[in-house]
Amino acid sequence: MTPNAVTFKQARRYSTAEPPFVRRLLIIVALTFIALFLVIPLISVFAQALNKGLGVYWASIRDPLALSAIKLTLIAAGISVPMNCIFGVSAAWAIAKFDFPGKNVLLTLIDLPFSVSPVISGLIYVLVFGAQGWMGLYEKADHPWFPWLQRWLHTHNIQIIFAVPGIVLATIFVTFPFVARELIPLMQAQGRTEEEAARVLGASGWQMFWRVTMPNIKWGLLYGIILCNARAMGEFGAVSVISGHIRGSTDSLGTNTIPLHVEILYSEYHFTAAFAVASLLTFLALITLVLKAWVQRKNDALNAAGELSA
Amino acid sequence: MPGKTKIKKFRILPGFKMTLGYTLFYLSLIVLIPLAAVFWKTSTLSWPEFWRVATSPLALASYRLSFGASFLAALVNSIFGLVVAWVLVRYSFLGKKIVDALVDLPFALPTAVAGITLATVYAPNGWIGAWFVPLGIKIAYTQIGVFVALTFIGLPFIVRTVQPVLEDFDTEIEEASANLGANRWQTFWRVILPNLLPALLTGFALAFARALGEYGSVVFISSNIPMKTQITPLLIMSKLEQFDYPGATALAVVMLVVSFLLLFIINLLQWWSNRHNANTLS
Repeated sequence: MTPNAVTFKQARRYSTAEPPFVRRLLIIVALTFIALFLVIPLISVFAQALNKGLGVYWASIRDPLALSAIKLTLIAAGISVPMNCIFGVSAAWAIAKFDFPGKNVLLTLIDLPFSVSPVISGLIYVLVFGAQGWMGLYEKADHPWFPWLQRWLHTHNIQIIFAVPGIVLATIFVTFPFVARELIPLMQAQGRTEEEAARVLGASGWQMFWRVTMPNIKWGLLYGIILCNARAMGEFGAVSVISGHIRGSTDSLGTNTIPLHVEILYSEYHFTAAFAVASLLTFLALITLVLKAWVQRKNDALNAAGELSA
Repeated sequence: MPGKTKIKKFRILPGFKMTLGYTLFYLSLIVLIPLAAVFWKTSTLSWPEFWRVATSPLALASYRLSFGASFLAALVNSIFGLVVAWVLVRYSFLGKKIVDALVDLPFALPTAVAGITLATVYAPNGWIGAWFVPLGIKIAYTQIGVFVALTFIGLPFIVRTVQPVLEDFDTEIEEASANLGANRWQTFWRVILPNLLPALLTGFALAFARALGEYGSVVFISSNIPMKTQITPLLIMSKLEQFDYPGATALAVVMLVVSFLLLFIINLLQWWSNRHNANTLS
């Protein structure tokens, strides 16, 4: 055997794998890319937030303006996530368990908000409720052919844009598809036999839903809710268009969410405070990633168990 | 005998009418009617007026930057995203699980936070920006900064579309290629890459579409100078701040039409990708 002859084992390995130096090189390239674009910016958030010490950090977070922004963000997410959750379950049930014409069109329409720029997502509500749009049509009363809702809002003096309802609406729009798009493929893959069996055995509609459907989709649903919540709390562009940047105080809520508050602090050169508040959102993002990984594992385990028993 | 007997299909599962009805109602209320408002608002402009706004030098410069930077960012992500996906699927190394979870960071991190941290890190006195100063390259507040922000935003799309395809890839095909005398590079270039192409293109299109509409992460790192570093969403925003609603809406319509076209292309790509994978697996 010549010294440089490759053994059978090595030949087999190199036929479906790369030589060690190529591997190392690729790992270094991948990690450098991840470091430049993800890790270093991530660390920088916390470094900037803490560069004047913990005292300044706490003061920035406990500032009344920051607290009112946190409150508004919690309200916006607290309304939009359950709304989209109900919609997601309902859409997934109709689409995954029944056959009807136009299903693909409906699927595309549900995904639509993802392909709309955040700025435009805010703009559309300004056009529906703003003085420049349908609302203005009613107020000018030249040709009030559509704005019955606007008329009602006008007589009751309810403000939508540059106010909390507009922020909630924009948040609902940008997080619209999250739960639905997690559940639809999942429920389609599960089919309808289990539910049909439950019905044949005499379960009522709700019994079937809570005892058969729900246990099957719970991880997928949770996954969708986590993603939906992360986006709801972090949305910036759409909310920025519709907010009007009215500052909150201890007695009024204002129209600044956490991301908008970060923007104001940053543009006023309060960098440390901006990063301190931003670090809250970064924690949220990290928690989201951990939960996501955990739910994904649970879901994979559930699917694997399903495949074994099937 | 009556000519037609209507056979009503018996559905054993309940709730079809209720759930579909609610789905359509909610979809119309939240998405379709408000989107229609954009097209309604543009119809108040005459066609020449619309054309003048949509093709003004300011608008054209913003399209050039938006499309150019998004394309470049998606391209760079395709190359490095493929390497990341490859490394995550094929190799094992310390901290692999953490890297795998971190890939989703741009999905989870609010765009405003991404914007301020990228602007700080890539500024001339920032952690990364400082290395480029001796080379005479300014990243933040230039077009390169826009590209950096869009690369950040698009990163997960390529990795997450390529990764599952690579995981399901049958190594027997690679063994066959090696048996037939191909070296590793030939196997990659002629066998593996063509099979990854549909997924790679889908990821590219998704990243490109996302970058085109991106606002939050760009607004901080771009100096937002008209004709130079102003992407189209920023131009729309500045028109809104000047209360030029018809102008903003006209640009929004251009962007919406492009987004819908991209959505259509992405659907086609996904269909191709799924069919391709089904063929390879069977």
